[in-house]
Amino acid sequence: MKLTGRAVLVTGASRGLGRALMAHFARRGARVVGVARHAPEMEAAAEALRAEGLEAHGVAYDVGDKESIYRLVGVATSLVGPLDVLVHNASILGPTPLPLLLDTACEDFQHVLEVNVVGPFRLTKAVVGNMVVRGSGLVLNISSDAALSAYPRWGSYSVSKGALEHLGRLWAAELEGTGVRFLNIDPGEMDTRMHSDAMPEADRSTLARPEGVAARIVAMVERRSESLPSGSRLEAASLEAA
Amino acid sequence: MKPAPWPVDHPEEGRLLHIEPHGRRFSDARVADLPSLLRDGDLLVVNDAATFPASLLGRTAAGERIELRLLAREQDGTWTAVLFGAGDWRKRTEDRPLPPVLPVGSRFTVVGLPVQIVEVLPPSPRLVRVAFDEDGAALWSALYQGGRPVQYAHTVAPLSLWHVQTGYGARPWATEAPSAGLPLTWNLLLALRRRGVRLASLTHAAGLSSTGDAVLDAALPRPERSDIPASTVAQVEATRAAGGRIVAVGTTVVRALEGRAEMNGGQLVAGEAVTDLLLGPGFVPRVVHGLLTGMHEPGSSHHALLQAFAPSPLLKEATAHAEARGYLGHEFGDSCLVLDA
Repeated sequence: MKLTGRAVLVTGASRGLGRALMAHFARRGARVVGVARHAPEMEAAAEALRAEGLEAHGVAYDVGDKESIYRLVGVATSLVGPLDVLVHNASILGPTPLPLLLDTACEDFQHVLEVNVVGPFRLTKAVVGNMVVRGSGLVLNISSDAALSAYPRWGSYSVSKGALEHLGRLWAAELEGTGVRFLNIDPGEMDTRMHSDAMPEADRSTLARPEGVAARIVAMVERRSESLPSGSRLEAASLEAA
Repeated sequence: MKPAPWPVDHPEEGRLLHIEPHGRRFSDARVADLPSLLRDGDLLVVNDAATFPASLLGRTAAGERIELRLLAREQDGTWTAVLFGAGDWRKRTEDRPLPPVLPVGSRFTVVGLPVQIVEVLPPSPRLVRVAFDEDGAALWSALYQGGRPVQYAHTVAPLSLWHVQTGYGARPWATEAPSAGLPLTWNLLLALRRRGVRLASLTHAAGLSSTGDAVLDAALPRPERSDIPASTVAQVEATRAAGGRIVAVGTTVVRALEGRAEMNGGQLVAGEAVTDLLLGPGFVPRVVHGLLTGMHEPGSSHHALLQAFAPSPLLKEATAHAEARGYLGHEFGDSCLVLDA
């Protein structure tokens, strides 16, 4: 997909991989909107891109809140037009240090699913109908290897990522042939705040930089997103370097 | 006709009055029957304007409570809007107190946003053009934060933005839902595709349908902006050339397509433009063959538009039938398809 002039929405875009994705999409000529809960951080991320002469907007919403969904879609599309690419990057771990399932509060489990699964479901529902009418669009689910592996203590996050990927496959199956495509992407272990929250004692030098991972993902979108089967799962580490 | 008081959970089960203009007959059907009423090769054109919260409560500089209902965003970034006095949707618009007269230059605040009257438009001091101090993300975020969907006293509870969106909306250009499309579930739209009916979109800035002021209502609809993609123009031309029919979802789509053709000597030209075309009896549509719409009372501007597609006596008879059968009117009500079989 050629990105020049395309309208792209990235959730969780104030830092880490989301911020890097927003920057790479913008540098490839896309008109980007980033969403995050914290307005000053989000605005600073967008402002940094505008300072490079790129089109970037930051808006503050919680993707886990139902009433925020049409607000954020409305504001985003009024700024950059009908969305061509939607990136579900925002997600939460739940309380840290990561608890065993037996010690996980039911409300915490539910909240993680609300933000990591129900939020993307609602946002997709509000966005992809228009993509289907226009006959094209791309939705990226940023997942994790925890979607596949049962790592102890990663319970609610792990379940949410497994569900997010299955949601991606279901959307792909239901909208096969409409021109709207869904891809699940495992970015691998990255040096982000989420990673240090989850594993504070990890050796950061062994972790990938989110900027490099974002560059690979955006390059994949440009070069291969229209030839990959909708519903596929990709690992960023095995994507070609940008 | 009794108004529908609330959005329904299963819109496909809604009633559909099928009016056949040339057959001079009408029959009762369901929205779910649409795939059997359209043909392989027909093109369904939808208005993909999303509905934004255009009802803004505020106060004048003197502290009087007012409501500003946005009608349309103009090209220069100002907005055409209608002023209402104190109160909200719970009171019938015709029973609302009049707003104070606000001359050009008046500054006031709605949903926390400073705004100024830049023009008072005929035919009523309530019809104004306003300029917000904010623009871009700051303006839109504040409108979405503090605004509410425009709604009327026939509804029974505050509407959420979720209630007023079609299944395919994108840019927030509509101050009232392009409601003919509200019953179109994706189950139905994908069934239509399998049937060979193609789908195209345009964006038309649907404004307010009613203000409760007879003089003002007579001036509605105001000129409205639409954006017709080149792909839609191509699909319309290909469909017509192949003998297929253009079926508009909603009067806004009819206005967008016919208005654009009228401006260009019968040719549909892609892009953004404003139309002031008013359709009614005697108008001969050049682009659209039929339309899916809501149930409209004789005397309304929507009903006048239908007379461009079907003779008035047939429409009156069909409407009387629908009324007797308990069809429901207004934005969440039953549907009507004006199209030959």
